[in-house]
Amino acid sequence: MRSGGVAHIAGVFEHPRREIPDRTLAEIHAEVAAGALADAGLGFEDVDGFLCDSMAPGWSPLSMAEYLGLDHLSYFESTESGGSSYLQHVGHAAAAIAAGTCRVALITLAGTPRSDRGRVAGRGTEGPETGFEWLWGFTGPVSQYALVAQRHMFEFGTTSEQLAWVKVAASRHAKHNPHAFLPQEVTVEEVLESRLICDPLHLLDCCVVTDGGGAVVVVSPEVARALPRQTVEVLGHGETAKHTRNGRADLITTGAVRSGPLAFAEAGVTPRDIDYASIYDSFTITVVVTIEDLGFCEKGRGGAFVADGALEAPHGRLPFNTDGGGLCNNHPGNRGGMTKIIEAVRQLRGEAHPALQVPDCELALVHGTGGSLATRSGAATLILGRPAA
Amino acid sequence: MSELPAPEPVTTLETEPFWRATAEGRLVLPRCDSCGTVIWYPRRFCPECHRSSISWFEASGQGTVYSFTVVRQAPEPWRKVVPYVIAQVELDEGPRVLTNIVGCDPGDVTIGQPVEVVFDRSASGHGIPRFRPRP
Ligand SMILES: [Zn+2]
Repeated sequence: MRSGGVAHIAGVFEHPRREIPDRTLAEIHAEVAAGALADAGLGFEDVDGFLCDSMAPGWSPLSMAEYLGLDHLSYFESTESGGSSYLQHVGHAAAAIAAGTCRVALITLAGTPRSDRGRVAGRGTEGPETGFEWLWGFTGPVSQYALVAQRHMFEFGTTSEQLAWVKVAASRHAKHNPHAFLPQEVTVEEVLESRLICDPLHLLDCCVVTDGGGAVVVVSPEVARALPRQTVEVLGHGETAKHTRNGRADLITTGAVRSGPLAFAEAGVTPRDIDYASIYDSFTITVVVTIEDLGFCEKGRGGAFVADGALEAPHGRLPFNTDGGGLCNNHPGNRGGMTKIIEAVRQLRGEAHPALQVPDCELALVHGTGGSLATRSGAATLILGRPAA
Repeated sequence: MSELPAPEPVTTLETEPFWRATAEGRLVLPRCDSCGTVIWYPRRFCPECHRSSISWFEASGQGTVYSFTVVRQAPEPWRKVVPYVIAQVELDEGPRVLTNIVGCDPGDVTIGQPVEVVFDRSASGHGIPRFRPRP
């Protein structure tokens, strides 16, 4: 039985640019905040909750609240799990709203890894694990996700061609997006012929590196009712941390095995009910393991599932990432969770590109992955719904 | 031993015994005094039973390849040694550790392959544990 939402997403905004060398990070936070609030029909003066990641400048939400002139916050936080942070922020904002702690929560993301090339991005502090992970020539996430892909291929017979279909589907969506960083449609052969970066992952198995940002406004049902714009209900949220579990963790499951059921249970729906899915796509393999763990297909069958056109909008079994995703459109700040939320909201509002709009889209799933699936990763799942008329 | 860079390990109060042993060419692991689990990554806290008494013991140095990747594009100083192999090796004692596979052609590495530890020396004399195929 589908539940009612305790909070609504009232506004979203994706920064239109993919290379922003002429703006500070704080300026980009301000641009996307203004965009999402305008989309909601609200103003900065309405905001009493604020959430951003810990990579935001200075003291993160404290510094950004000052920069943005948010003068009457009753809730703020900076949950950090890399790319999955923003889904957690939506879940936490919804909980704060349900508890009456705030009524209008603003979530912002900005990052400029493309313009900062050469400077190391990511978590700045050393963890207790660092000494045992960074001596071996790891070249960032791709070398780690390659370990996942190799093991998945070993255990389940997944092939590079199957992984390539994830990129093909994303590119067939991106060609309709005028802002997409890579708007060209590609073929399976082109993916397989692109150079190997870390076996078995090719260049075209990897997401783009872009500057950019995005913002989401989460509001109480009372605030939502007073707004002219169609809102989207937050029906379910789940999150977890997966880690190496004392050096015994497998490489072929993700935290989605926990975050997914939590979100489905809260929303009172099942994978079969989902009309559209935004699935974190740092690499093609990320999508394959995630859809298995969320229950869209049997464990180990993800390769066959995606090779069957299942991910293609509007008529595939599980239309995904209709903006082109991180693989083709945008991966602002190396953190793709924000854009995943935004495209799901577009689908539920019927505002996706007409060629890719899922007919009668009532229920969407958003899944974010942060960190590295080969070591420690955040997993967060949201179920969003079009409010009943 | 290998031609790969041998970066200086970060040592802490908790991990110093591990690196002191590698300087002598020995692989040691921490074992929980309460529940007996072999702990990885090394720390003075047991993630299984949550107690904080551990003892170091000398490991066999043997394991098998659990997964691997051939890195073909890398920044300096690794750029000059591509292609090289990053792997997770499952130690006979249980934990899976990140490492490099050396001493063979990258194209010859397979999952399940038996491997044994070897050490490359860092500038300060610490041993960087890597693994090569067992004969
Ligand atoms: Zn113990």
